[in-house]
Amino acid sequence: MSRRIRPSDTVASADPKVRVSLTVNGEQVTRDVSPRLLLSDFLRHELGLTGTHVGCEHGVCGCCTVIIDGRAGRSCLAFAVQADGADIRTIESVAKPDGTLHPVQQAFRECHALQCGYCTPGFVMAIVNYLEEDPTPDLSEDAIREALSGNLCRCTGYKNIVAAFRRSVELMRGAGG
Amino acid sequence: MKPALFQYVAPESLDAAITELAGDEGARPLAGGQSLIPTLNFRLAAPSKLVDLRKIEALRGIRVEGNVIRVGAMTRHRELELDEAAHRANPLIRDVLGNVAHIIVRNRGTIGGSLAHADASAELPCLLVATGGSVVARGPKGERTIAAEDFFHFHLTTALEQGEVLTEVRIPTLAPGTGYAFLEVARRHGDYALAGVCALVMVGSGGACTVARLAACGIAPKATRLIDAEKALVGVRADGSFEIAAQAARRYVTTGDDRNASTAFRQDLVATLVKRTVATAFSRVAR
Amino acid sequence: MAARRETRSFGDSVQRNNDPPLLRGEGSFIDDIHLPGALHAAFHRSSVARARIKSVDTAAAERYPGVVAVYTHKNIGALDLEFPLLIPHPSIAAKTQRPLAKGDVYYVGQCIAMVIAADRYTAEDATRLIEVDYEPLGVEMDIERAIEAGAPLVHPDVANNIAARFVQTSGDPDRAFAAAEHCTKIKVRVERSTAAPLECRAIAARWDHVTGELLVWDSTQATLSVRGGLASIFRLDEDKVRVVAPNVGGGFGQKIMMFHPDEVLVPYAAIQLGRPVKYIEDRVENFIGASQERLQVHEIELAARKDGTVLGLRDSFLHDTGAFIPYGIAVAQVASTSIAGPYRIPDIWVEFKAVYTPAVQVTPYRGCGRPHACFAIERAMDQLADELGLDRFEVRRRNFIQPHEFPYKREGLLFADGLAVNYDSGEYARALDLVQRKLDVAAFKQEQAAARARGRYLGLGLACYVEGTGLGPYEGGHVKVHPITGKVYVNTGLTCQGQGHETVFAQIAADQVGCNVEDVIVVVGDTKAFEWGVATFASRAAVVSGNAVHKAALIARRQILEAAANMLEVAQSDLELRDGAAWVIGSNRSVTLAEIATATNPLRYAFNEAAKSATQFAPASKHDGPPLAEGQHPGIEATDYYSPPHATWANGVHAAIVEVDPELCTIDVKRYVCVHDCGKMINPTIVEGQVMGGIAQGMGGAFYERIEFDRDGNPVNANFMDFLVPYATEVPDVEMVHLETPSPLNPLGVKGVGEAGCIAVGQVIASAIEDALKPLGIAPIREVPLSPNAIHAILAAARRRPAAE
Repeated sequence: MSRRIRPSDTVASADPKVRVSLTVNGEQVTRDVSPRLLLSDFLRHELGLTGTHVGCEHGVCGCCTVIIDGRAGRSCLAFAVQADGADIRTIESVAKPDGTLHPVQQAFRECHALQCGYCTPGFVMAIVNYLEEDPTPDLSEDAIREALSGNLCRCTGYKNIVAAFRRSVELMRGAGG
Repeated sequence: MKPALFQYVAPESLDAAITELAGDEGARPLAGGQSLIPTLNFRLAAPSKLVDLRKIEALRGIRVEGNVIRVGAMTRHRELELDEAAHRANPLIRDVLGNVAHIIVRNRGTIGGSLAHADASAELPCLLVATGGSVVARGPKGERTIAAEDFFHFHLTTALEQGEVLTEVRIPTLAPGTGYAFLEVARRHGDYALAGVCALVMVGSGGACTVARLAACGIAPKATRLIDAEKALVGVRADGSFEIAAQAARRYVTTGDDRNASTAFRQDLVATLVKRTVATAFSRVAR
Repeated sequence: MAARRETRSFGDSVQRNNDPPLLRGEGSFIDDIHLPGALHAAFHRSSVARARIKSVDTAAAERYPGVVAVYTHKNIGALDLEFPLLIPHPSIAAKTQRPLAKGDVYYVGQCIAMVIAADRYTAEDATRLIEVDYEPLGVEMDIERAIEAGAPLVHPDVANNIAARFVQTSGDPDRAFAAAEHCTKIKVRVERSTAAPLECRAIAARWDHVTGELLVWDSTQATLSVRGGLASIFRLDEDKVRVVAPNVGGGFGQKIMMFHPDEVLVPYAAIQLGRPVKYIEDRVENFIGASQERLQVHEIELAARKDGTVLGLRDSFLHDTGAFIPYGIAVAQVASTSIAGPYRIPDIWVEFKAVYTPAVQVTPYRGCGRPHACFAIERAMDQLADELGLDRFEVRRRNFIQPHEFPYKREGLLFADGLAVNYDSGEYARALDLVQRKLDVAAFKQEQAAARARGRYLGLGLACYVEGTGLGPYEGGHVKVHPITGKVYVNTGLTCQGQGHETVFAQIAADQVGCNVEDVIVVVGDTKAFEWGVATFASRAAVVSGNAVHKAALIARRQILEAAANMLEVAQSDLELRDGAAWVIGSNRSVTLAEIATATNPLRYAFNEAAKSATQFAPASKHDGPPLAEGQHPGIEATDYYSPPHATWANGVHAAIVEVDPELCTIDVKRYVCVHDCGKMINPTIVEGQVMGGIAQGMGGAFYERIEFDRDGNPVNANFMDFLVPYATEVPDVEMVHLETPSPLNPLGVKGVGEAGCIAVGQVIASAIEDALKPLGIAPIREVPLSPNAIHAILAAARRRPAAE
């Protein structure tokens, strides 16, 4: 390999920066970001919270689902600057600090509701928020599938995710086995 | 798919927002972003400035006042969907909103944003046209109220001018005893409708329809009142035939053959949807 | 002698051992890997399907703030090459693409220039500043018209756009057709689709100029093969190239293909620029630039007796290969060799023409030709039954290969491994029986009649399929017991995209070595962890790597027993392995795996208690001769390989009950039953997950998924809004029944299952809708996907037909 001149380390985008301050997983963060920086990219690359995934960047697949001001939302359809002053929760906030799985995560594990794991954080956030809004949801097949209908999975065929939804409710009620 | 650069402002007052929008032809209001941001990420649109409306208090709130439900334009779909007072005043709203995308999108998308976006296949414009609602817009020239039938021009185009912000949506309440229904056919749950019909039916003491209001989405460049179908229902009873109304509805299909549906299919769909929604509406007429 | 208490986890639905990090969002998909100082790539792609490039102006892009480099074919040195034809075959008039277009473009989406910039946003800005002047050429997107005289040629020197023509014959089809009492001929069509994994393709590369090593993270199914290719192309020794597929968010065949342009250009840029480079494909690029598959048009003819016995089959099909054919004819070959399904049909003639069209390349997508074959043969079997007035279940029964007829060879049909099709085992009739009972077909017929009387249209669909799986050439397995923790390390050369290999291979190893499944750490997808092997594709991992791991684990077991017998001073036959230790049967005397591994590794230094016993002055150490005898190796470690004699054939039967709303033209799948047989199941829950996932993709292909181009070759629905992947509301629940007919070909008795679910769905749905709408006089259904618009057209055509006599 011939030795080439290494490009300047300071090459950078020319975008202007806007200051944003927000709460992420209970922590205050303040950063200077380009106005066009997507919230998904902000979380993943500015904050290093790479559990939120990106599958389409046009709001269909749900891999990027986070909780914004208490409501699940697609982080690819928001700019970081819109989140100034907001309270964001990502997948990294769901398990206990020692790694103990949240009931929804535990349910996914028990029911084999994940295969490649790429869509999983999005589903977990969606279900966590859904159950926060309604802890005693309709558990019929149709109602559960409708609740899950904003998130795509290409691996599981959804059958086990439906089961995990039911199991989540059981675990959160403390019904155990 | 990253958007092109834009300026971003988040004014705290409506007047400030109007000034920003009026002063820059390339400026666009940013509401929930669920329709706008995909177009930016695809670089189908590249506004020079986004005027974020989220801090403007005047655009919030749901109030039932007399025979109208006043919905602030920045009300999230999900807020209106879950609002009990609004639901009691007009249960058609919750039915229609349940067909708008998915909960996660309804958490962020706004009533005003969806109406201003005015997709020809969208459900909310159909609701507004069916119920005879209106929108309030404020711009550099002041405030005006625009009836639904005057607001939607064609696909993705409304009466709003540059610098105008949709501030409030006014949805009529349903008179007691009004039957209502919404039904659409979409490829997947939550997708835009191939065709959808909103039906409202009022019935007289003898059981015959006195007033019907029907609107369809997905069959024309904008949500459309099916006026001839409505007329054909006057005097019809719940156990009567809706066939003439259904056939009359077919004439309102102006969408040409496209990848999702042929014109003939849309015609058949709208006819069937009229029959089924009218039947359901009749069944919901309170005794 | 006391009873053995060894446990077997083979066959258990053990929970996956790598789920918790994924659930917590701690996975390492390519774009999750933080590479300080990384630059980002974006591509300027052709906006015209077929054109001569008159000029490319990159000046504005090069000047754009934040841009580090812009590459075209002119400045990529030796990379300006045509990609290899990965699977050569004498029938192919091969054309492969260049990393960056030179002279001509051949499809919308083809890479013309690569921009490297500070971030992806900037890189995309710059790609839009690149100006390309095209001289558009004619295009023909329809494959039937593309082979006709006068059709615009994708490649000027490939006549009639025929990339390959291949004919295979088994038995004597001419004789069969001459003897036929009845012939049935139909034409069917399956439409373009794409794998659409939720993680798009991605690659990151880092050149370490201190060690001279190229490190590439690639969301690929083929780490070893990519490494070999990169080493060749960059003229590096193989030990200087490391390819790692960390977590991969779905592959489904799309990620088996190499090389995608970025797979060589990103490493090239990393080497040239001395900084890590990342390319994270976006969803639109995945649609227009990665790959697609599924377009085939079959004209299939059956020669039969009046009792429905099929004597012979002729199939001539067109297979769309896109503008290039880097993966050879694999998809067409699998389709042509699967065409006779589970039926005897001794005499077969199958011809295909792979056709160049100005579209993105076609490479395998889950099923790889089997869905097409199943659709063709099963539509034909239904038609045959209908024409002969026979029950379609009965016609299948009369043609099934029976258990006593195995092995059943189809001489003259060479499967994707280059070997004659040879079905090893199966119980096809039993599978059909199970479906018939589970669905209660007799009761359904009454229900259907009653519904029809009330103006409702229910239908039953049926499909039988076979699946050739477990191809060679081989895979390897490496098993090692770590002396310090006693945990078992297992490696193989192939990769994982969510199929649960980390658990399944752990179960196999744990059973031999006697530890808990959770104490087996499986590392795959890293060329440094295991250097021999091929890749994950064609439903082969459980068969080939599974058996290789098993064989290596057997050797490790022997080593453990030998060492433990020495340490415990008993005969090997007095020992059992369980709970991570070797036990004297019927007693509490035991030594742990850690102790055994330590004791077999003569040490100088005592790191811990167990290590003390292996040091030179400990009583147990040898004092005669060298501590490590000739031919002995330290520790417990084994490597072995498995090379299958030929493919092992799985099978299944799917059936469904649907209701069609003939006014709204919508379909409700009321029940879906799947009987599948993949031989012995290592982990039934993981198997079910694979089957269910395949069925969901099959549902997509049956109803929703259709890649569309306009007449000029512009992609019309290259995004998730317009290309419809099913949500949970579009996929029914499935009742699954397992059959286990072991494979006689490998020690574990397993067959592959990764692709099983998607093979039969198109046929099930088409036949169910056809069955439902029969009273309305519809023409037979010959195409998938079946949108409401398509159903409407079918019904409208029926209404226009004159009423039957």
